[in-house]
Amino acid sequence: MNPVLELQGLSKQFGQLKVTQNVNLSLHPGARHALIGPNGAGKSTLVHQITGLLKPSAGKVLLGGQDVTGLTPEKRVKLGLARTFQINSLFNNLTVAENIGLALQAREGMDGYLMRDITHDSALMDEAAVLLESLSLLDLAHRNIVELAYGQRRMIEIALALALKPRVLLLDEPVAGVPSTEGSRLFDLLERLPAEVATLVIEHDMDLVFRFAKRITVLVEGAVLVEDDVQAVRTDPRVRAVYLGERHDHAA
Amino acid sequence: MTQQTPSKRVAQGFGRQRYTWLDAALLAAAVLTFFFGEYYLALAAMVVLMIIFALSLDLAQGYGGIETLGHAAFFGTGAYAAALYALHVSSEPISGLLVGAAVAALVGLLSGFAILRTHGLTQLMLTLAVATLLYELANVMKSVTNGDDGLTGYDISPVLGLFDFDIYGKTAFVYSCVVLLVIYALLKRLVNSAIGLTAQGIRENRVRMRMLGVPVERRLWLLYTLSAAVAGVAGALSAQINRIVGLDTLMFMMSANVVVMLALGGLGRLYGAFLGAIIFVVLSDRAAAVDPTNWLAVLGVVLILVVRYAPQGVSGWLVNLGRKRRSS
Repeated sequence: MNPVLELQGLSKQFGQLKVTQNVNLSLHPGARHALIGPNGAGKSTLVHQITGLLKPSAGKVLLGGQDVTGLTPEKRVKLGLARTFQINSLFNNLTVAENIGLALQAREGMDGYLMRDITHDSALMDEAAVLLESLSLLDLAHRNIVELAYGQRRMIEIALALALKPRVLLLDEPVAGVPSTEGSRLFDLLERLPAEVATLVIEHDMDLVFRFAKRITVLVEGAVLVEDDVQAVRTDPRVRAVYLGERHDHAA
Repeated sequence: MTQQTPSKRVAQGFGRQRYTWLDAALLAAAVLTFFFGEYYLALAAMVVLMIIFALSLDLAQGYGGIETLGHAAFFGTGAYAAALYALHVSSEPISGLLVGAAVAALVGLLSGFAILRTHGLTQLMLTLAVATLLYELANVMKSVTNGDDGLTGYDISPVLGLFDFDIYGKTAFVYSCVVLLVIYALLKRLVNSAIGLTAQGIRENRVRMRMLGVPVERRLWLLYTLSAAVAGVAGALSAQINRIVGLDTLMFMMSANVVVMLALGGLGRLYGAFLGAIIFVVLSDRAAAVDPTNWLAVLGVVLILVVRYAPQGVSGWLVNLGRKRRSS
């Protein structure tokens, strides 16, 4: 099987500062991959290069075998790349239904329609209803995002990406800031992600990483330190030294 | 609440601009003005075309979040285009409106290319620059525009060949009202459609829209062009019923006034344009009649009060009032 997301020798330099150094990474359909590393390891910079907000100094980003290094973020989304944000990035003064609707109409290429809207499209409304019901948010469909609890907003954050039916999903610290009481819901949601979606999760929470991921890439100073399966990374002395050791309280 | 299918509940979670009692009240006010306010028909027609102008701003600013202090660029362009069309091509009014809309849309399309790449203060300054450039252009091209003296001497044929523009302004008022009605119905449909939601999404969170795969600048471009076309209609209407187009149609004051109107009325729900324009024009007229030197102060005080106590404008205040009454 061919990888759906591939980074080939990706490098990014700001002047003399090398923030990404020759990173190679492949995600196959159905992958559950975690990207970890201490603060300042260059995780966010790497994500920006995958989504297209930042241009790499060298190397390539491939989506489904197609070189997308020169494409805008929105074109990459059209090719099946979706992401969630570490800090909720929602449409706060619109309703839950409208938030999901924005994702659905964008996916269907209907977002520029002048005289039609998607509320008359019963297939899309059904889809939105199923999605919201699976998150137990159907009752809140008519509420504005600002009226929601933080954990619920976090779910919408992921739901927006899922509504795009992506081939590759980037989850940027999906459980950041969620109180442990609401966390289990979110974990459930992540475990129920569509099986075929290749998922890359960027996370500090080791509980989630070890529960969710099958493979882990450890990034240190912009370069890949280790890439291996969960068990191997867990016991790797180098990883313990640079990452887990420093933050022993977070380690599982 | 009655039993509903899940998809129905989602569909009802979409906010929509519906026709309400306020529309009936406004229509009634227009009819009453026609029959009983004959001395005020000229003023009423002025209100109507300002409503159209404010509606166009609501589309760009209220829905799309485009900051502008140069919307007069489109009003003035529409006005000059319609006047020149009447002078040199045809005095037929409805095609004149379309010409005004088309030329203004073209200016929106071209200037939007530069303006919509920027945000916030930069965007505001660019809109101001475009309007100022057009103002100076009209000022310099005296052979075409008559400069300071204003463009006059054109005639407008009866509407549909039937309704002659009379000196009491009856035809002018009804004509403006019908144009408003058509534009209002179209805009209501537009803001309830997918592009209306897209515009609000861009206003709320541009970055996320891009990450949903929406070509943000292209959508804003379309919205801005449509907004310019509507402003062009307002300008063309003003040229046709006033029989003169002056440089004031392109002036900063014009741009600023419409922003104040929309702030008074409230952004992003179309009604703001109606309420804001009515309050602004009628208040200006009454205040100027009472105190011809200090009348602007009255508007200033009203604006301060509205911004302080009803930050979402009078229409927002009405919506909240209705919500409170229903929940209590």
